[in-house]
Amino acid sequence: MDSFFRSEEMCLVQLFFQTESAHNCIDELGHLGLVQFKDLHPGTADFQRRFVKEVKKCEEMERILRFLKKEVITSNILIPADFTTERISLPRDVLDLESSFDKLEQELKEINSNRDTLRQNFTQLTEINHLLHMTDDFFVEVESQMTISELPSEDSVYSSRRASYASTNGSLKLGFVAGVIKHERFPAFEKILWRLFHGNFVLRHAEIKPHQEENMEEVFVKKDVFVVFVQGDQVRGKIRKLCDGFHASMYPCPNNAAARKEMRTNVNMRMEDLRLVLKRTEEFRVTTLTAAAANLREWTAKVKKMKAIYYTLNLCNIDITQKLIIAEIWCPVSDLSSVHAALIKGSEQTGSSVTPIMNRIHTQQTPPTFNRTNVFTSGFQNIIDAYGVGDYQEINPAPYTMVTFPFLFAVMFGDCGHGLLMTLLAVWLILHEEHFRKLKNELVDMLVSGRYIILLMGIYSIYTGLIYNDCFSKSFNLFGSSWSVRHMFHPQGPWTNETLHNSDYLQLDPLVSGVYSGNPYPFGIDPMWNIALNKLLFLNSYKMKMSVIIGVVHMLFGVMLSLGNYINFKDVVLKFIPELVFMLSLFGYLTFLILYKWCVVIKSDSAPSILLLFINMMFFDYSSNGAMLYKTQKPVQIFLVVVAGVMVPWLLFAKPLLMYREHKQSKLVNHLIRIIKGTLLQQKYQNDKGEPLEKSKEKISMGDIFVYQGIHTIEYCLGCISNTASYLRLWALSLAHAELSEVLWKMVLQVALRVTSGMGSVLLAVTFATFAVLTVTILLVMEGLSAFLHALRLHWVEFQNKFYQGSGYKFSPLSFDKMLNMK
Amino acid sequence: MVSHSLALPMICFTTLWALVGIVAPFFVPKGPNRGVVITSLILTAVCCWLFWLIAILAQANPLFGPQLKNETIWYLRYFWE
Repeated sequence: MDSFFRSEEMCLVQLFFQTESAHNCIDELGHLGLVQFKDLHPGTADFQRRFVKEVKKCEEMERILRFLKKEVITSNILIPADFTTERISLPRDVLDLESSFDKLEQELKEINSNRDTLRQNFTQLTEINHLLHMTDDFFVEVESQMTISELPSEDSVYSSRRASYASTNGSLKLGFVAGVIKHERFPAFEKILWRLFHGNFVLRHAEIKPHQEENMEEVFVKKDVFVVFVQGDQVRGKIRKLCDGFHASMYPCPNNAAARKEMRTNVNMRMEDLRLVLKRTEEFRVTTLTAAAANLREWTAKVKKMKAIYYTLNLCNIDITQKLIIAEIWCPVSDLSSVHAALIKGSEQTGSSVTPIMNRIHTQQTPPTFNRTNVFTSGFQNIIDAYGVGDYQEINPAPYTMVTFPFLFAVMFGDCGHGLLMTLLAVWLILHEEHFRKLKNELVDMLVSGRYIILLMGIYSIYTGLIYNDCFSKSFNLFGSSWSVRHMFHPQGPWTNETLHNSDYLQLDPLVSGVYSGNPYPFGIDPMWNIALNKLLFLNSYKMKMSVIIGVVHMLFGVMLSLGNYINFKDVVLKFIPELVFMLSLFGYLTFLILYKWCVVIKSDSAPSILLLFINMMFFDYSSNGAMLYKTQKPVQIFLVVVAGVMVPWLLFAKPLLMYREHKQSKLVNHLIRIIKGTLLQQKYQNDKGEPLEKSKEKISMGDIFVYQGIHTIEYCLGCISNTASYLRLWALSLAHAELSEVLWKMVLQVALRVTSGMGSVLLAVTFATFAVLTVTILLVMEGLSAFLHALRLHWVEFQNKFYQGSGYKFSPLSFDKMLNMK
Repeated sequence: MVSHSLALPMICFTTLWALVGIVAPFFVPKGPNRGVVITSLILTAVCCWLFWLIAILAQANPLFGPQLKNETIWYLRYFWE
């Protein structure tokens, strides 16, 4: 099937259906999810469209549903997860739903306000209760103070907090004001009382300590009970005003104990009644909400669908006289029959005998780009689309990215232990996908969408880890090393036991016979290099050359893919051949030099550096050190550089010059045609159409063409060099990963493994925990993200700029499944 | 030191990846995903074979040998050979 290698062929289809069956048809198409409606009124604003009132109604209903949902959640009622969807919701259903929603909202609002009023009453009664309880003590105290103060004894000690007894010199009857004030406001209240009365008052206060079962409110506000004793009656007015200012509630409090007791019993009775009423109100509320919650999801889905259908209807043309609706849709050619079937089904449901008509029209507009993906391929298509959606029917890089992206990641990540962990994580994500999606966390969602990418990355990392012979920074020795130490000693080699004792480190020499077995380790890097001190010297050279080879191969693959985008053969000769030859002659030759130097046996001191060879080749500098890799190197290199040099003007000038010639020829032809027409035809025909007859009506500006081609040439040629160097990040990141891995081993785990005392086991447990945490966070997460990013960059820039334009727009069909899942 | 051969791994791994990349595509069942699966198999075979080939060629004719600590040399002399 072609569709994943290129975007699908799309067609523009005109639909005609009757107004009655419009809802059902669009509903069916929405469930099918394969058509994109084109906007037939592009200039009009949202509020000028035909169905704007209905859309507003739907939005109002959505608001009510949101309010209901909030209420349901705050009352901790569970919304049942599964719901049955009826397929169709017609316009008259809308009216029914609307009225029931309004009713529900009214009811709920009423219940809520009733409940709030009742709660307020209850709070007041509670406060009165506390007040009566605590002022008992105050009254007793103050009465005793008063009686004692009438006795002329001055040696009794009054344990009072306030020394403001202005009332000691008289048996005046004190008036008082009792109330409840918020705890934070009390100090300010006291200060102002002082200023008002200059201390001529007695103030007592106590904090309300709530009983556990009376806590009916969600938030408990700390309140204090206070009693102010003052002389005279006018001052009570002042205090009242003050209390109002501080939002303190005042309560009437009887003077004598008996009345207080009676009041308390009264209040308690009322509180009991109120408690009962509140409970009933709460129960009623819960029942209403549960009934609503049962249908909540179904209603939300219905309203969303209705809104989508009205949006779609807004895009169509309504022909009122003939009760016809005209719509234009983009649709994949291969799905035309299923669209037709859906339309027939929709119109059958309304019982109309007229089937909707589909009329395919040809157009010059660019269709949207549609790539049919399944669960596995959609992740890769998404990362391609994140850079840019492909042009219509352009080569789609996604199927190749499916392998090369995890592979390049693995080259940078290369550790089979970490690769195994990553694979296990991916398998876990795949098996428990539902569970993870329910968490609705953004980061987890991203991980879950990429679970197949992570799986492939892990599998390839295991492979490259085996080749790098790196597993948590240790090597496997499966086949036996190719290097031998024994042969360096007498009689074959120069070492003796004394050389061993005298020097800290010694280097093996491959020229001594037997030290190197003559044949390399069959799979991967020899395990001897893992314990060598000059390991990096060898590995760096190996990995840099590997990066260049992989880079050149990847870029050549990209250039070959661009062949698929050329429509006519001319472009192939004008653009593809010079690009290919340029890259092959310079960087293909570089790859050849690397492979040749590896395959050929040379003595170490006469081995020329490949980099120097390449640089000298570009400068035609053959004087310096005469050392060449092979005999005919000089003429071959001169030939290749000259060929590459010839390609540049070919790429730069060939296409524009050709187009210029064509343009001039066509202008000549048109001129001739116009002359012929003028002599053979009459005047009026000439006035009708004064245009030339050629197919393309565009004006070709030669300056633009030259500039465009010049930019392309410079970009390509300089890009060849810079992109090849860019692939060296494959070396850099794999080096960083290997070094981090080794640091974690040497400085974390090995330290604990070397301890020989008994406490070593405890230390090992703790150290292993540290090792595991650091491995996961630094090596898996940080390095993983880093390698992911760099592999992505290599694809987006170095690979795709050889062939990919990426300036299309994506096919976004009307699909109820996608809409409802996006919540 | 173990004496390996160069030819045997060459033949082995080349045939392995040739099986994956050239023979297996004929056995992919017909379905909507056939093209994608075949492309993936071929690309995997090419990438993995190339990577292995680079690793083995880089060590085929070494210009210098590993540098080892004297303790390591002593250990290798008596325990590995």
